[in-house]
Amino acid sequence: MRALFVALFMRDLRLTLRRPGEALLPIGFFIVAVALFPLGIGPEPQTLRTIAPGLMWVCALLATMLSVSQLYAADHADGTLDQLMLGGQSALVVAAARSAAHWVLTGLPLVIAAPLFGAMFGLAPASIAMLALTLLLGTPILSLLGSVGAALTLGLRSAGVLVILIVLPLTVPALIFGTGAVAAVEGGQSAAAHCSLLGALLIFSVLTAPLASAAALRLAVE
Amino acid sequence: MMTWHSAHEFFAMGGYGAYVWSAYAVTAALLGIEAWLARRRRRRALERRP
Amino acid sequence: MKLFTFAAPSRFYRLSGRLLPWLWIAAAVLAYAGLYIGFFVAPTDAQQGEAYRIIFIHVPAAWMSMVIYLAMAGWAAVGWVLNARMASMLARALAPSGLVFTLIALWTGAAWGKPAWGTWWVWDARLTSELILLFLYLGYLALTEAIDDPRRADRAGALVAIVGAINVPVIYFSVRWWNTLHQGASVSLTGAPTMASAMLLAMLLMTFAFWAYAFAVVFMRARAIVLERERDAAWVQGLTTMGHAA
Repeated sequence: MRALFVALFMRDLRLTLRRPGEALLPIGFFIVAVALFPLGIGPEPQTLRTIAPGLMWVCALLATMLSVSQLYAADHADGTLDQLMLGGQSALVVAAARSAAHWVLTGLPLVIAAPLFGAMFGLAPASIAMLALTLLLGTPILSLLGSVGAALTLGLRSAGVLVILIVLPLTVPALIFGTGAVAAVEGGQSAAAHCSLLGALLIFSVLTAPLASAAALRLAVE
Repeated sequence: MMTWHSAHEFFAMGGYGAYVWSAYAVTAALLGIEAWLARRRRRRALERRP
Repeated sequence: MKLFTFAAPSRFYRLSGRLLPWLWIAAAVLAYAGLYIGFFVAPTDAQQGEAYRIIFIHVPAAWMSMVIYLAMAGWAAVGWVLNARMASMLARALAPSGLVFTLIALWTGAAWGKPAWGTWWVWDARLTSELILLFLYLGYLALTEAIDDPRRADRAGALVAIVGAINVPVIYFSVRWWNTLHQGASVSLTGAPTMASAMLLAMLLMTFAFWAYAFAVVFMRARAIVLERERDAAWVQGLTTMGHAA
């Protein structure tokens, strides 16, 4: 099972990296979206500093959702998915591997890019560090939840919008704890509680989301 | 027991008439539309029998 | 195994058809009683004046929206696990009613909020959670409507509903957390007036009225779904155009 996971994971990375343009779309969206806000709201430093954590998190959320809806689409279209699953391979491993690959390709770049923007928005170093940490804990949650949505909407028209509608409400707790942690640090308080809760959400997602994705994949394939 | 001394008082709702009655009206409308749609759906399903 | 005999769509169709008139009557009677007490027995509130009387639909609607979501998730789960068609059909029939009650709760919440607190919308924990519940209903409906195959639609919907139901406590907790972080003395629509017993009674009666109404509409919708899905069955063919047994 572990061999299959690694094999699928590496395959996903390789396939996506063969099309670097596509791989960079989520981070590209993130950059553009984040940059729009000061243009729309005004360059007042205090305002920007206040909205920065929430803004980054929401844009990270949207970037993840936009890219995750196609998670299984390519394999489904050319029959690879059917072969993998009907060939007796575990849908669970497929789901886990795809979620992990998605995070490495989308979530991790976001974790790296956000601090740069944090500085542009005038966040203090401690806040930037906390922002990076919360995104590090949070983006896997987004990838995991997103994969459930992608599996549920596999093969449907307007799957992209459906995934957003289905998954976004479920990401609200992560959003609240993630941004709350940064706000706490901004206010000079401890973010320990927020981070613990975020961590708990991560563990819960890791344990349950692949199972749900697998069940949804089986529904879509049969 | 009776708070209202005239029909006018009742409809005015102490100045909040617009809020109270519009809330009840919207509720009644939504519920009515819902019931009507459900009824229509069943009728259509009956008509479509092969 | 008496419970399972009603699992047959044809039996459900007949039974629910017989119950419908009584459900409408019950809803009407309860609503009349509840509204009478609410408007003619319950006193004026000291702080909010007459505006508080919206509570007689706002709170029952909010309760219904939550109860129906749980029922929907429950029946969907039963339908999936036990492979019971009727249970899945019931879940699909519940969703639109849940959505309507959520809309009513949100609208009446705003109508109450403006005179009571000065703004049309208050980002308190209850209302914000209700808003998220709206999104959960929309997600369920959008997904199930987008899938043509009824079996896949029912089961995908069940998955979404169950995942939603599990997450609702987490979401509510996190929203309450968020609310206390950002608002010191939180303005909350749960700050209902210290309830006179007449107010409580009216609210309770209206809740039961909504419940009877919901049963009626959900049954109507479920009957439609039964007819749609079982249209090739002999018993459906044998129905008159009024929908009664030939």
